Formats: sequence, C-alpha cells, structure tokens
Amino acid sequence: MAIGVRVVARPVEQVSYMRATLKGMALTFKHLINPHKVTTQYPEEKEPISRRWRGTHRMLTDETGKAKCVACGLCPQICPANCIKLVPGEDEEGNRYPLVYEIDEFRCIFCGYCQEVCPEEAIHVGRHYENAEYSRAGFVYDLERLTAQTHPVCEMWDPADPKGE
Amino acid sequence: MTWSLTFALLQVANPQAPPTSTSVFVIATVIKMIIVFTVLMVGVALLTLAERKISAWIQDRHGPNRVGWHGLLQPAADGLKNIMKEETYPDAAYKPLFILAPALAFIPAMMTFAVIPFASPLPTGAGLIEMVVAPLPIGFLYILAITSLGVYGIVLAGWASNNKYSLLGGLRSSAQMVSYEIAMGLSTIAVLLVAGNVALNDIIWQQATTVWNFFGLTIAFIIFLIAAFAETNRLPFDLPEAESELIAGYHTEYSAMKFSLFFIAEYSNMVTASALLVTLFFGGWDIPFTLWDNQAPWSILKTVLTGLLFAGKVLFFLFFYMWIRWTLPRFRYDQLMSLGWRVLLPVALLYIVVIAGTLLILDLLGVRPGATHGIILGVVNLVLAGILFLILDSGRIISPASGRVHAEQLRRLRAMRSRSPLAAPGGD
Repeated sequence: MAIGVRVVARPVEQVSYMRATLKGMALTFKHLINPHKVTTQYPEEKEPISRRWRGTHRMLTDETGKAKCVACGLCPQICPANCIKLVPGEDEEGNRYPLVYEIDEFRCIFCGYCQEVCPEEAIHVGRHYENAEYSRAGFVYDLERLTAQTHPVCEMWDPADPKGE
Repeated sequence: MTWSLTFALLQVANPQAPPTSTSVFVIATVIKMIIVFTVLMVGVALLTLAERKISAWIQDRHGPNRVGWHGLLQPAADGLKNIMKEETYPDAAYKPLFILAPALAFIPAMMTFAVIPFASPLPTGAGLIEMVVAPLPIGFLYILAITSLGVYGIVLAGWASNNKYSLLGGLRSSAQMVSYEIAMGLSTIAVLLVAGNVALNDIIWQQATTVWNFFGLTIAFIIFLIAAFAETNRLPFDLPEAESELIAGYHTEYSAMKFSLFFIAEYSNMVTASALLVTLFFGGWDIPFTLWDNQAPWSILKTVLTGLLFAGKVLFFLFFYMWIRWTLPRFRYDQLMSLGWRVLLPVALLYIVVIAGTLLILDLLGVRPGATHGIILGVVNLVLAGILFLILDSGRIISPASGRVHAEQLRRLRAMRSRSPLAAPGGD
C-alpha cells in the first residue's frame, strides 16, 4: 500500500458481499421473469421512419411510364457531391429528355437538393434504407432503376408549414 | 457366447432381484452407458442454448431466435459450424499435448457421471437393473478422484499452446482447482459422517429415511456449492478463461472442435456437479416425504417418477449456475485464493469438528438416526449458518487490493519514509 493512502472504514452494508450477492440475484431474477425487452426484431418489425427521411433516389414517371425528367440540368448543377450524371437528348417534337441519367449513391450525401430544385418534381429522395448490394457497381443507379423504384418519397420541409402539420 | 447370451436374455429372472448372469449385467451396462452418454451430450448442447437464453432474458434481450423454433436448433448450427471449421495449430505449440489436452479435459468430465444414481432401480424381465452406469461401492471417492483429473487437460492446454495467456490460464486453473478441491472434499466429510458410507445410493437412502442433508448440513452444502463453482471454472470463479484479462485463457489457441470439446467439458462438469449437489444434499432421486419410492417392490412407474424428479433437481441447479453467472462479476485472483484458503478451508475444518461432536453427543444420548436426529442437526445447523452469515457479512470476504494497515504500522511506515533520502518534500 502506498504510504499516506487513507483507509476508510466503510459501513458494513456497503462492503458485505453476502447482502450484495443476494440483492444482485434478486435483481437478475426480477429481470429474468419480467424482462422489458426493447429489441426490435428487425427484418420482421421495422421502426417507422420520418416523413422527411432522405434515402436512395426515385424518379417519378408520367402516365405513359416515361420519366418526368426534362433534362434541364438543374440537379447536377446543384448537387454538392457531384454524383448526378446527366446527358440530355431531344426527340423529334423538341421535347428534352435524359439520354443518360445516373446517380452514384456512394457519392451522394442525401442532402435532397436535387428534389428541391427539380422543376418537374421528377427526381426525389426516398423514404428507404435497405440498400445492400453485392458489388460497388450496383450503387450507380441508372434511369431504368430509378424509375423502377416504388418506395415512398421524402416530403420536403415546407416553409409554410414548418412543423409538418 | 452368443448362445449363452440369448439364453440369459430369454430366461425369465425375478424382476425384483439383481440379475444373476454376467451377460445381463454387461448388456444392461452398455445400454445405460449409451443412454447416459447421449442424454449428457444432448443436454450439454441444450445447455449452451439455455445459457444464452437465460443470459439474454436477464439482460432484457431476446437471445438466439433465428435457427428453428425460438432458436431451438441453435446448438445444432453451432455444432455444425464447429465441425466444419478449420483446425489451426500455432507454430510454436507442442503438438502432441496440444491435441491431447481437449480429450483430457473432455473424458473425465464424461466419466464422472458414471457413478451417480439417477433413478430408482428398474425391474425388467432379466432382473432388477440399477439406474446407475457403475454402482461402485466407493462412488464418492471415485468422483473426487476423477474430477481432479480434469485439471490436467486445462493445464496441458495452457502449456502446450505456447502462449502466455494460455499458460497463465492453465496456471490459474491448477491453483484454483487444487485449492477448492480441499474445501470440497472436507465439506463432504460431514455428509459421509452422517451417512456412514461413501456409496452414493446409501447416502440417498440415509437422506430418504431422515431429512435431506441440505437441512441437516447447510454449511457443508454452502461450502460444497462454492467449491463446485470454482471446480467447474464458472463465474464468479472463471479466472482460467477470464476474457478481460487473458483473452480466452487456456483455450485461446484452440479452434473448431477442439475448442468445442473444452466447452462440452465445462458444461458436462456443470451437469455432474449439479447432479452431485442433488445427490449429496437434496436426496438424489428421492421423492420427499415418502418412502414409497425408496423401497421394493420396484416398478417402472417409480423409476420414471424418480428419474424425472432427479432431472428436475439437476435442472434447477444448472439454472442456479447460470443465474449466478449472470449476476456476479469475477473475483480478483487474490480474493479467490483468500476465499478458498482463509474462509472455506477453516470453516470446513471447524464444521467437521462440530458435526462430528454433535453426532457423537447424539449417539451417547442414544438418539437414533431418524426424525428427531434430523431436527436436532437442523437446529444446530441453523445456528451455525446464522453465525457464519454474520461473520462473513461483516465485510470480511472482499479484501481491498491491499490489506488493512493499522495506525501504528502506518506511523512507522511514514517515519521510515521521512528518513529516506528519496522522500519527496511536502509529505504525501
């Protein structure tokens, strides 16, 4: 013992191993017969996620099943992570449409600016989080994949209704 | 040989008397061995699941519930995994002992159960079959001898791995087992004194005719219980594999089925220790308050009932093991040694003297073993247990990392320090 360490005589009920043991056993038994389990059984049960959840993207389509995108170029312009690749094209009637529209979900920071800036309400961030893939290439979503997504989309923050009521 | 065997089986023997022919004895023993081994192995597999489930419930979790109904197939999945896994050998390990060690841990663990009677004798067409693999007349001594062999497996595993953590684990386990074996052996002397025999069936008979030794010999039970925890390396005495200090202790370097064998050994040791506790202190397969099950005529119903009751009692103690494990933290090494040598050993010695004295006095007074005898022993025990509890309760088990220093000693140390040239100015 280091010289000068004061040895404090603690009261018996604090140092008694017997009482502490019995108390501990009572406590563990109480938990054993009456556990308050808080675990969510994940694949079966899912925690609800926020309406403003910003997950992987989804491209909305019009009635004919074509992407609503008019290839205006605003989303690649505003994207802070530079993850949207857009090559615009034009058909015979002069309507612009995306020839190539790819989002690299690895680069994406899920800020939701693309959804906010889109004049056609075509590109959206989705309320979705199960994104596992077997390859890195699988995380570059092309137009076909983006339009095929069915998960609900994010409801952006509305300045007129800040609390979402 | 075959002919005589068939003949022996065909001839109708008296079901209430032990079989006369050797072949019946051999066949019955082989069948019992297979049954006991199977039950033990399946039980061990289910115990691993029970351990995980109970730990989960105590910690407000769900536990394994993916494989099979409520995780019931988890042991099978674990076993399959362990069999498929690669066996690794450290370069520096001493291979022969490295391979031998798991077997040395496993075999004694399986052997000990052989002498524990698990039900009343079963009457069959070939004669009365005792429900114990080997009805040894020296049953209890055999158990003491075999359980201490288990430590070799652990020590050799620790040494042969050529790993400092393994070696420390092995050393700890040898010190721990040797220390607690003494307390364990001494605590059972009281049981043997009361029973007047070392055959486990006679100990059960004595408890059936008087009271269970738990009531008559409470302190022996407590000492035996604590020592059994230490002997099986279970928390709070799992220093040989103390994860936070020694990685995994003696089985750090083991993988796949070899690791699994240590695991099985630990759990079957638990089963044996529980069965032994039940046999020595809770009447074994005896149904309390009645002698119906302890006497002829034997019947299959009696065998089944007593067997079930025995299983129930053993399961309770297995649960108790797990309950304690998930309640108490690990002892520090010096606390473990101090509890073994400075508390349990003197208490056990003293207890033998007191019990022997009480028995002698009762004998002189002419009180025959029976109800009164049991009650007197029980009262003596209650008093002793109370005194023990009060003494242990006064904060004497947990020692601080250093012993208490008396004021006088402290003054002397301080004076010594002030004279030292190394003393820093400014006191403490």
